[in-house]
Amino acid sequence: MSDSHEELDLTLHVWRQPDRAAPGKMVAYKVTGVSTHASFLEMLDILNEQLVARGEEPVAFDHDCREGICGMCSLMINGRPHGGMRATTTCQLHMRFFKNGDEIWIEPWRAHAFPVIKDLCVDRTAFDKVISIGGFVSANCGSAPDANDLLVPKEAADRAMDAAACIGCGACVAACPNGSAMLFVAAKLSHLHHLPQGQPERLARTGAMVSAMDEAGFGACSNHYECEAACPKDISRDVIAELNRDYARSAFVHRERANKADGSG
Amino acid sequence: MDRTSSSSIPVAASGRSFVPDARIPGGPIEQKWAKAKFEMRLVNPANKRKYKVIVVGSGLAGGAAAATLAELGYDVACFCFQDSPRRAHSIAAQGGINAAKNYQNDGDSVHRLFYDTVKGGDFRAREANVHRLAEVSVDIIDQCAAMGVPFAREYGGTLANRSFGGAQVSRTFYARGQTGQQLLLGVYSALSRQIGAGKVRMFSRTEMLDVVVDNGRAVGIIVRDLVTGEISSHAAHAVVLATGGYGNVFFLSTNAKGCNVTSTYRAFKRGAGFANPCFTQIHPTCIPVSGDYQSKLTLMSESLRNDGRVWVPRKASDCKLHPDKIADEDRDYYLERKYPSFGNLSPRDIASRAAKEQCDDGRGVGPGGRGVYLDFRDAIARDGEDRVREKYGNLFDMYERITGENPYRVPMRIYPAVHYTMGGLWVDYHLQTTIPGLFCLGEANFSDHGANRLGASALMQGLADGYFIISYTLGHYLAGVASSSLTSSTAPAFADAERAVKQRLDRLMAVKGNRSVDSFHKELGQVLWEDCGMARTKGSLEHALTAIPKLREQFWRDVSILGGRDSFNQSLEKAGRVADFLEFAELMCKDALVREESCGGHYRVEHQVEGEAKRDDQNFCHVAVWEHTGDETPPARHTEPLAFENVKLATRSYK
Repeated sequence: MSDSHEELDLTLHVWRQPDRAAPGKMVAYKVTGVSTHASFLEMLDILNEQLVARGEEPVAFDHDCREGICGMCSLMINGRPHGGMRATTTCQLHMRFFKNGDEIWIEPWRAHAFPVIKDLCVDRTAFDKVISIGGFVSANCGSAPDANDLLVPKEAADRAMDAAACIGCGACVAACPNGSAMLFVAAKLSHLHHLPQGQPERLARTGAMVSAMDEAGFGACSNHYECEAACPKDISRDVIAELNRDYARSAFVHRERANKADGSG
Repeated sequence: MDRTSSSSIPVAASGRSFVPDARIPGGPIEQKWAKAKFEMRLVNPANKRKYKVIVVGSGLAGGAAAATLAELGYDVACFCFQDSPRRAHSIAAQGGINAAKNYQNDGDSVHRLFYDTVKGGDFRAREANVHRLAEVSVDIIDQCAAMGVPFAREYGGTLANRSFGGAQVSRTFYARGQTGQQLLLGVYSALSRQIGAGKVRMFSRTEMLDVVVDNGRAVGIIVRDLVTGEISSHAAHAVVLATGGYGNVFFLSTNAKGCNVTSTYRAFKRGAGFANPCFTQIHPTCIPVSGDYQSKLTLMSESLRNDGRVWVPRKASDCKLHPDKIADEDRDYYLERKYPSFGNLSPRDIASRAAKEQCDDGRGVGPGGRGVYLDFRDAIARDGEDRVREKYGNLFDMYERITGENPYRVPMRIYPAVHYTMGGLWVDYHLQTTIPGLFCLGEANFSDHGANRLGASALMQGLADGYFIISYTLGHYLAGVASSSLTSSTAPAFADAERAVKQRLDRLMAVKGNRSVDSFHKELGQVLWEDCGMARTKGSLEHALTAIPKLREQFWRDVSILGGRDSFNQSLEKAGRVADFLEFAELMCKDALVREESCGGHYRVEHQVEGEAKRDDQNFCHVAVWEHTGDETPPARHTEPLAFENVKLATRSYK
């Protein structure tokens, strides 16, 4: 925030789509007088103010906290989720990284499981469905022992926290050529499975969430790791390896249980 | 009763005054909550599923309430305007959550947390509520740990703590600089579990636009589906509002863009008392405003004040110099100078005013001279850059992304910004508003923080209300309501409310003016920041009270909302919220004008002793509770007297 304000004139190509069913298209807009200290979303605010002044409907885009934590903002910017700057959400991307006269292409997340609602907004409720199948520790309120009764090694807590930093924005899915939610699901599992609290339901949780991911319409993982590159919270692809290991084990446990059930029936 | 209103208290038809009894249990303060819990009526486990409960909001308070009530067996519906309950604004809280665990063996106790919170709130909170909050704080940490919240740990595996403003013990639990996120994800996981089990019906991208009151009780809500624009009615035996604070009335604040006053203000218009609307918190450590395009302000966690030292140049002529060029003796570490025993960890209201004072004195730094330094030079020299990075790395990164400056090399520049609102719907000890069956939790209510909230106490209150209080008090209410008494969502009360909601939306759409919604919101924010911000005077408030109705009138004449009513329309969403802010702002300024004292975040320039707030306990040791009396008549001010039996009323001193 030095005193050196510069202003940019830009050409934006923005995806406009009236609703889920209607076809969409890229529309070009000029936006002028954008301070280099503005955030990318503030640049879109400026565009929208200019559109309203001309009597044109503003561009719909999702956003809320504007400080990189709520996971509401999205946007493919020049083909990269959140603009492609390392560990940065769209709301934290600032215009000082663009040049006067730049052309910028802005699109919604493109994934089978995330249908477009309007313009740049997509429906990410598929993520909520996956979490509701197993992304929790079953511990009713009031049932907890004293917090220090359960010791958690610092390293384990740190590893759990690394994965728990996921903001559920969906950049990993948008980046993946298969539209897979593997990094998202694996991050939730890694968070819970580095902690002792996550152990009792570990394998059941893994199996259930992977199945839920498939049912929600996400693609399969084929190890491109575009997700890791796109993640605004720097979540490591290592969590996917952890998931795969547990998933294999969960399949065996599942088969054993099924066999037992057959035997007793 | 206070002199300003006792002569004009209107009496309700039932013969009771507008503010009901707060239902504070008798007996010693340490026993009140236990006694209340034991005396509360219970609902038979088999009958709980026959009771429908609506929870509006999915943050720490609302999400925890929805999950916990569903665990108990109630039939719960939960609503949020975001696309997922995981995105509620609780997620943005950075620094931590207080609890009286005394794990550090440094003299903490339930009583000390109670004492600090009452004192920190400048003696304008209700003692019994605050004590209960301190009691359940310890259960919150247990519950969150059991759910897998990855709190920071010591090498031995025990929980780590840090210090926060307004306290001399280390009682704040944290998860890096993302404590709110981790606690909210814990709540979201519990809520998701109940959604998956079919016990909670979740309505995301759905905004509450009215509460329905029938025969004096809350019986449901009217909502708008933000994707389709469809308006619908939802009936329940009780309604719980947990919709956060109204800081965005100032336009620029640290709140998320969607935060709004609509649900609580709509409840106010339906008869819920609004308490202490002028109690707003200005947080001392935010990144300064950089230009008129700015859409929000970013907080730098108060935890930074553990290691960062706040200063400005001693001489105004040094303000343009690079900070490295200013020798130690030419720096004024004004918090350490003015408040030696709390120093950089002075409470938020005091630290904010002190920053303003330095800048008003011409010694502010950065563009426009509205900034002070928060300097880590000494901490880096003492502990090394790695240690500082481990504690605050994500905050430093955030600062650098926004400002383009590296805070490991150059001190951060910070300035106060609107952050939290202590005022909210009036609730009794059971967290019930003045409307039976309408409950209010978390930041949306007024009860626990008085005139100033201490750091790391918002998360504590949200979870206390949602996990450990509403589950008892709502059961007590429902036990007195027949499950067969559910009002049909096609009853006249619903039809009338739905019609009113639609008419209001139509009116907004019909204006077809020339100015954007944001332009009105920004203008309102400027008026409030100047006239009802960190320092308020009779003159400034009177100015605001003339300016706001004019702006409101212009809004309804000239606002431009493109798109349709019956489809996804973000301009219409914002317009509805700004229309409510334009009414609510007036209530806030009226409250500030009548409260002729300074306390906590409410600083009336006329009432000070050498720059320190001067309370008037003789006349204002009460909660102001505002009643809506009609669109054409002024709101009525009532009071709930506050009694301090356990913490002696005294002038706050952090010196």
